[in-house]
Amino acid sequence: MSVVAPLGRPAGTFDPRRIKRDFPVFANNPGLVFLDTAASAQKPAAVIDEVSEFYRNDYANVHRGVYRLSARSSERFEAARETVRRFLNAPDTREIVFVRNATEGINLVAYSWGQTFLKPGDEVLVTELEHHANIVPWQLIRERTGLKLVAAPIDATGGLDLATFERLLGPRTRLVAVTQLANATGAMVPVEAIARMAHAHGAKLLIDGCQAAPRMPVDVQALGCDFYVFSGHKTYGPTGIGVLWAKYDLLEAMPPWQGGGDMILNVTFEKSTFQDPPHRFEAGTPDISGAIGLARALDYIDALGRDAIAAHEADLTGYGADRIARLPGVRLVPAGQRRFGILSFHVDGIHPHDLAQVLDQHGVAVRAGHHCAQPLLDKLDLPATTRASLGIYNDESDIDALCAAITAAQKMFAG
Amino acid sequence: MDPRELYQDIILDHGRHPRNFHALAHPSHFAHGHNPLCGDRVTVYVELDGDRIKDVSFEGRGCAISTASASLMTEILKGKTLAEAEALFKGFHAAVTGDEQPPPAGLEDEMERLAPLTGVKSYPARVKCATLAWHAFEAALRTGAVGATVKTE
Repeated sequence: MSVVAPLGRPAGTFDPRRIKRDFPVFANNPGLVFLDTAASAQKPAAVIDEVSEFYRNDYANVHRGVYRLSARSSERFEAARETVRRFLNAPDTREIVFVRNATEGINLVAYSWGQTFLKPGDEVLVTELEHHANIVPWQLIRERTGLKLVAAPIDATGGLDLATFERLLGPRTRLVAVTQLANATGAMVPVEAIARMAHAHGAKLLIDGCQAAPRMPVDVQALGCDFYVFSGHKTYGPTGIGVLWAKYDLLEAMPPWQGGGDMILNVTFEKSTFQDPPHRFEAGTPDISGAIGLARALDYIDALGRDAIAAHEADLTGYGADRIARLPGVRLVPAGQRRFGILSFHVDGIHPHDLAQVLDQHGVAVRAGHHCAQPLLDKLDLPATTRASLGIYNDESDIDALCAAITAAQKMFAG
Repeated sequence: MDPRELYQDIILDHGRHPRNFHALAHPSHFAHGHNPLCGDRVTVYVELDGDRIKDVSFEGRGCAISTASASLMTEILKGKTLAEAEALFKGFHAAVTGDEQPPPAGLEDEMERLAPLTGVKSYPARVKCATLAWHAFEAALRTGAVGATVKTE
């Protein structure tokens, strides 16, 4: 830990070693140095137990049965929605749509809002820092709407070139869709400034909060966005559940994108009428236990303190960047003015896949590859990188183990 | 786990100093191999003399496993007949996917030389690294001097 605790954080209250004990995977895999939370976070016992307890006591389908068990299940499912609302500081619980993951949330906006409101020549402005999940859905509906997809470039430091971004905003820009924190490099994106610029041009703003939601306080009202998506599994919750938040008037104007049970008011063979949001967008039996597990995960990280998590990850990012940058023959991938939670690097003379393989054999789990951000890696002229990403259970000893393993790999490949 | 299980000296050596690492001036056949998952690219060049491989070489960039595999492949295939090359590819593919088979008759020494690469059979994600050059070689023979691209995903 750093010697000086940032303001507002009493020293010693955030203890990753104690937190690690909340995660059974570490007891079951002694020596595991897990540095791949950006791909998916490990799960605390609280979440695993919550899902199990729900199935043992209160499980039935939601919104259908008149019997008490179904009522309890529905109550817990809807209580989870309220927990998500609180987590995002959204004004209205009806604005929380449960989806499979952030990818599905972006696809929902593209297929429902995009196909309804985008006309040929309208522009969707993204950045070069995006995950494929915030590129490909727009390309798919480009075929159907004639929209123009524009990508704002990064600058020489690897951060978003904000001046060029502003110049690319124009009268045809209808939507700005940006990541809050780039998954491949850890570059933070100034989303508040982007919100002001986007709205000044009459564009809506979608934020991909996959990497930010687990790492820092998120207040959709303060951010000033119109859509916000994140994935449950990256936020210490179960796989298969994610969240789309959107302003209620936007959701209300959007048509359903999938049809089925639970999203209708009345069905005849001539015509069906649909529920109000959020149920209009939740066709079929939802991931009930996933939503309940996610709510438990959000409560868990709220109890740790999201300011404390952000301060811890900022400290550890600084420590990690410093340690890695000092290793001879190792270069950090540029991440702009503010790198957060993710350390992407390459080692001279060692292919990232070989490096990740050898690190694994030292017990260090990292990701190697293009991190679903091929346009960004093309721009950086890298076929792949090695990526270490942080979570609430990591501390300096994990970074030290990573650095020792990198040095051992260098020795091995140098012969 | 011992990292050397996968990265034996012979692999590290061929990964660092690949043999036959250049284009052929007059290939009768060539093809590109691409592993989109890790970005590895290899081009394999072949010069046939009748049904015998007069020369074979490669270029590209990739991990130590794919580079070493391509390098060993070119050393072993030089001078072989097409039938021998096909038998070696079959035998090698079986060996790296954990399908225990007796080595093809008369090619026991060649299979022995490829043995260090069979460590990948415990690492399913790396099998494609070891077979990329072989797939490109096979595609080259199929398509001749026009060139083709094979992808392993």
